Amino acid sequence: MSEEMQQEADGRVKKFMYVNRKAPYGTIYALESLEVVLIGAAFDQDVSLAFIDDGVFQLVKNQNTTEIGVKNFSPAFRALGDYDVNKLFVDKESLDERGLGLDDLMELTWEDEDDDWEEKPSIHLVSRQEMKTILGNQDVILSF
Amino acid sequence: MKFAIVVNEGPYTHQASDTALQFTKAALAKGHEVVRVFFYHDGVNNGTKLAIPPQDDRHIPNNWAKLGKDNQLDLVLCIAAAQRRGILDEKEAQRQGKDANNVIDGFRISGLGQLIEAGIAADRTITFGD
Repeated sequence: MSEEMQQEADGRVKKFMYVNRKAPYGTIYALESLEVVLIGAAFDQDVSLAFIDDGVFQLVKNQNTTEIGVKNFSPAFRALGDYDVNKLFVDKESLDERGLGLDDLMELTWEDEDDDWEEKPSIHLVSRQEMKTILGNQDVILSF
Repeated sequence: MKFAIVVNEGPYTHQASDTALQFTKAALAKGHEVVRVFFYHDGVNNGTKLAIPPQDDRHIPNNWAKLGKDNQLDLVLCIAAAQRRGILDEKEAQRQGKDANNVIDGFRISGLGQLIEAGIAADRTITFGD
């Protein structure tokens, strides 16, 4: 079965969406979700990430976990741009509900090779309505 | 239709595993194909051979193993999640120098790539979680 699947998988590009709705550190979902994204990057699919509800906390800047003795994995988000993962959709209403704004989030960027390697933001603020449309356009949705 | 099933929670604590099992059974009964069942996060705990639930209730790990065997399903436990949670098959135990192993026959341990691959191969990917 796996060899068949391997052959089918080669060459096919699907829209993969990783939905994150939970805050980091309180549970493991945020970390393990990012691990899938990083490993999945090797498969050259059309990847997007959605941050909704408490998931928006995953992108908050200046995370410092020294006092809780848990590894701060937020720096890993900075690597996404290098792996062609540059569509991080953040639900605006979720930010508003939590008293957060774009400037509370990490500045994640990617270099557009089709535009003279210009550095562009990877985080895209979208309304709940827009998020609905984006999710509706995906082929594979992984929810953590 | 080809389905990829993702189970993100362990047995008993959440309904996810039960629901995924029932869904998989129903899909197969309707003539659909289940290309892979991938267990992630605490879902890897569905592969333990050491569970001893009360006799008058369902045995979730065994039910998965039986469903897998009867339908030649590919039941995969994510290696990263399994290592974190102390779920090791014989090969992994030897590789890591541990003196015990606890995976039921019928489950195999593999990488996250198997999840992505299943998502690409299937028509629909369904996640069962919390």
